[in-house]
Amino acid sequence: MLLSLVIFLPLLGVIAIALLRGMGPSVVKGIAFTISLLTFVISIGLYTGFEETATDTAFQLVEKENWITGLGISYHIGIDGISLWLILLTTFLTPVCILAAWNSVEKGLNGFMMSLLALETGMLGVFCSLDLFLFFVFWEAMLIPMYFLIGIWGGERRIYATIKFVLYTMAGSALMLVGILALYFQNGNSFDLTTLSGRFTHDSYLFLAFFIAFAIKVPLFPFHTWLPDAHVEAPTVGSVILAGVLLKMGTYGIIRFCLPLFPEAAALHTPWIVTLAVIGIIYGALVAMVQPDLKKLVAYSSVSHLGFVVLGLFSQSHEAIQGSVLQMVNHGLSTGALFLLVGMIYERRHSRMIVDFGGLAKRMPIFASIFLIVTLSSIGLPGLNGFVGEFMILLGSFVEGAFSKWYVVFATTGVILAAVYMLWMFQRVMFGKLDKTNESLPDLNSREIAVLVPILVFIVWIGVFPNTFLKPMETSVEKVATKVQVPRSTPAVGQVNNPGETQKPLLKQNTEIRLSHEEEAQTK
Amino acid sequence: MSKELIIILLISPLVGFLINGLFSKWLKGNEKLSGTIGALAVFISLICSIIAFVTINIDSNATLEGDDGFVYKWIAGGKFSVDIGFHVDALTTVMLLVITGVGFLIHVYSIGYMHGDEGYTRYFAYLNLFVFAMLILVLGNNYLMMFVGWEGVGLCSYLLIGFWYEKQSATDAGKKAFIVNRIGDFGFLLGMFTLFAAFESLDFVTIFDKAETGTSAINVVFGETTKVTLMVATLLLFVGAVGKSAQLPLYVWLPDAMEGPTPVSALIHAATMVTAGVYMIARSAVLYNLAGTGVVVAWIGVLTALFAAIIALKQNDIKRILAYSTVSQLGYMFVGVGIGAYASGIFHLVTHAFFKGLMFLTAGSVMHAMANELDIRKMGGLRKKLPITHATFLVGALAIAGAPLLSGFWSKDEILHSAWGSSKIIYIIGLATAFLTAFYMFRLIFVTFYGKSRVEPEVDSHVHESPAVMWLPLVILAVPAALIGLLLGVGGHDSWFHHFTEDVFPKADKAPGSVLLFMAISSIVGIAGIAFAWTRYKDRAPAAEPTNALQKKDFSWLVANKFYVDEIYNTFIVQPIKNASHFLLWKLFDVGIIDGIVNGVAALIRVIGGLFRRLQTGVVQAYILSMVIGIVLFLAYYLFFVN
Repeated sequence: MLLSLVIFLPLLGVIAIALLRGMGPSVVKGIAFTISLLTFVISIGLYTGFEETATDTAFQLVEKENWITGLGISYHIGIDGISLWLILLTTFLTPVCILAAWNSVEKGLNGFMMSLLALETGMLGVFCSLDLFLFFVFWEAMLIPMYFLIGIWGGERRIYATIKFVLYTMAGSALMLVGILALYFQNGNSFDLTTLSGRFTHDSYLFLAFFIAFAIKVPLFPFHTWLPDAHVEAPTVGSVILAGVLLKMGTYGIIRFCLPLFPEAAALHTPWIVTLAVIGIIYGALVAMVQPDLKKLVAYSSVSHLGFVVLGLFSQSHEAIQGSVLQMVNHGLSTGALFLLVGMIYERRHSRMIVDFGGLAKRMPIFASIFLIVTLSSIGLPGLNGFVGEFMILLGSFVEGAFSKWYVVFATTGVILAAVYMLWMFQRVMFGKLDKTNESLPDLNSREIAVLVPILVFIVWIGVFPNTFLKPMETSVEKVATKVQVPRSTPAVGQVNNPGETQKPLLKQNTEIRLSHEEEAQTK
Repeated sequence: MSKELIIILLISPLVGFLINGLFSKWLKGNEKLSGTIGALAVFISLICSIIAFVTINIDSNATLEGDDGFVYKWIAGGKFSVDIGFHVDALTTVMLLVITGVGFLIHVYSIGYMHGDEGYTRYFAYLNLFVFAMLILVLGNNYLMMFVGWEGVGLCSYLLIGFWYEKQSATDAGKKAFIVNRIGDFGFLLGMFTLFAAFESLDFVTIFDKAETGTSAINVVFGETTKVTLMVATLLLFVGAVGKSAQLPLYVWLPDAMEGPTPVSALIHAATMVTAGVYMIARSAVLYNLAGTGVVVAWIGVLTALFAAIIALKQNDIKRILAYSTVSQLGYMFVGVGIGAYASGIFHLVTHAFFKGLMFLTAGSVMHAMANELDIRKMGGLRKKLPITHATFLVGALAIAGAPLLSGFWSKDEILHSAWGSSKIIYIIGLATAFLTAFYMFRLIFVTFYGKSRVEPEVDSHVHESPAVMWLPLVILAVPAALIGLLLGVGGHDSWFHHFTEDVFPKADKAPGSVLLFMAISSIVGIAGIAFAWTRYKDRAPAAEPTNALQKKDFSWLVANKFYVDEIYNTFIVQPIKNASHFLLWKLFDVGIIDGIVNGVAALIRVIGGLFRRLQTGVVQAYILSMVIGIVLFLAYYLFFVN
């Protein structure tokens, strides 16, 4: 019940706000904040209740109820060491966002808070679903509140941006729906993810149907152009959630569906996917470098950072996959914090243009210090969170990667470029002579500090004691890694579509072991 | 040696950083307290370093290695695992003494030097953080921890170079330093990946043990043999060293780094951080010996030494002369570690830390007296007004020029002597550089301290010797700068220093030839350089910059403009990348092509939709008309074709 409680508690907040119409704005904010904070506190129970040493369980805290029996659809949820961190990231960022938006929403506060809470339920549902149909419902449902957040509370070109965002995602979703239905019929009319395994006919097409949906969400180069527009137009909180959690839906989908369900197709398609990932790393960084708009700069930096994650996911290396999962969390924290910081100066100056700033360090020293730490985290400075993920991705891909080491060499140039675009931006915003128009900007107030400090705590924590986070995901990552490493034993990549007789038993065996474990887990 | 000692040693500057960093609001008005906290934090580390040093001195087996140094597991996932742990041996303690010894004196000096600065507290916070990072760099028991310190000192360097952040040139220089260092780090990272692929560990002890066991313990990563793998790994690591230690072609950040406060230049850009690359290669001595890539290191080193010395000949900025001199001297250190004379390379690192740190601090003292004037052409005759500064600077300059019995004489001679046994060309270039070194350094001395005063009158009246808190560290530093060579270096390969570090480094071949002969040659060359400088600059400032086109074409003009290396990098690398990113990638590809396609698809759908929309006119007559046409066609089809 714990998991369901976490997922639906925010929805309770939505209902509460809807019913208690006519309350003052402070009450609405109070309810939203309390509910989201409570959700976070309860979700910590997921971490404490999670058995990290349990090697034989696939999913924990599993709940399963029949939903639409005739179609084999069930309400089936559970978590593993991978989704655990994304759930905690979501429950952590939501109260932070509500606190950040405290004074920035002028119209339709109720609707804003309701959208935000509904969005939280949608996101949590995506990370917990073990039923493909349920997954798809959450995946689509999540779009609606996000559509409102950008479309109502966004900037000038919000309508263009929000339609672009929704259509891009929908285009992917349509493909994924076909994929889900195909799996349903091949899987004996069941949407149950835990029983899906083994080999599917046309797995290459199925893989692509899922992958393209996720690649758009990530976004993988060249599917990324919705992101800068969406970020620029979205309200601060929308950008934080978008960068912090929504982009992770794509990478989460890859590790949850694309890799374990179609390991051979994944191996087959790895060359061009990692090529795009590496292009994205360099391209995103170079384009970020020349952006005049702070939000666009951060948006393009996400393209670069997520390129690392995709590279790691397709490397077939345990270390790199683990690094990728950690990097999803890291990116959520650092990029989320960057958007919060940009939002904070936007509220003061009503501009996001880099040229409008300069010398802020003198006027806003606390802001400058926090901005510096977050910038360094994004650059991947050792001792802060970004480094650990990036290092594991690059090391794993280099040592065991299913592709040439040159990919890693090119990807590593991203380390140089990140320093270039981030430090150049930091210099232009924070250093130099203070402009007259900026002379009266106040430093951060205590609410804003309270918004940022929790993120800083995690930025340092993950950097100094990453094992707190790496250990619980160890077994889950290992499972994915062994799955994707199976096709490696095949003599040539070309034979993947026509697997030889000799491999089948091995794969079957694997499947059987896996199934029996899952049954055990469920009976618990 | 106890782990607790090392933890105190390491944590103390971190605590200092946190106090000055977090409570800057309250400490701001209280310079004394802020500076004292900063200096005290490093003083505690110094005491611990001395204890560690003495411990190993008494018992060479009292090192802290392997499991004894384990603190906690840092990153673990799959087969990868790396600890936070310490490795303290003779080499480490030497580095510790340099860092905390010179570091402490520079902290004390800074109390006076930074007096009245708005960012006083921030300065000491950064400086403490730097010491902390530098200590991690030398204390770590694995490459990744070294890298943590490596990046940490890079960060502090960035912050301190751009310390006066309202000045554009300062923040530009800070950014340049960080980015150029990142290019080096790119190599360091790939080097670590290769090492992990080869040894399945990043731990020093594990890697070196496996390397010594033989090729069977090493995985082949590149090429056919483990030797190729090791060559790739060591060369990649060396790329990192080239960045951090400002060697060709990545030296360009160090001269610009002089934008930072002068004590920072002394500590970071002369005594400690820039020597990290030398330390890294000395630490990896086993690997470099096996790979045989030391020759590359030595050549880059000697070429850098010569190149930077040539540029230093024509510079007129007191700090930049010292900066190019540092680049040049670092080149000597790389020659030392490159030819396998690891102990000699590290010995030069130690003597250089003292005499170059001293010279930077005296340069700061000159600037302090001269209202921050840097141009030596506007000085002259300062020895009368700044007697202590002059005397201590002279000690430093004599030491670097290789005057007999002073510290630089011993260490440089050891390197040159070993180089003779390895490559005669390297020896000759090194010797020529020694001549140039003596020349440019005494050009600096004569132009600054001797001859007639060219100080501008309004400045002249204020010229004064620095306060005790500043000159005392100068005097204290002058002692080791003069004598440390005599203490540690007498006897060449049988000297105390070589015995102390013999457990760390592989045994180097004894260089051929008589020690005394080489010493004599070095001395003559050094004295000749000084004498030559005397004849040219004893009472004369460097010529004004030439204005006619003919003169602009000659070699000295090229030298005065530092061979236009910065301009070349800017024109051929920086600007093309920037422009291509802006126009090709962003405007053309992203906005033009990709978004063009996306919006084009949307527009196409709208057009098609628009066509179909025409049918839905809402005019009933039109619907009836189309219906009638349809029926007519339908009937016609039946009547004429079906039958």
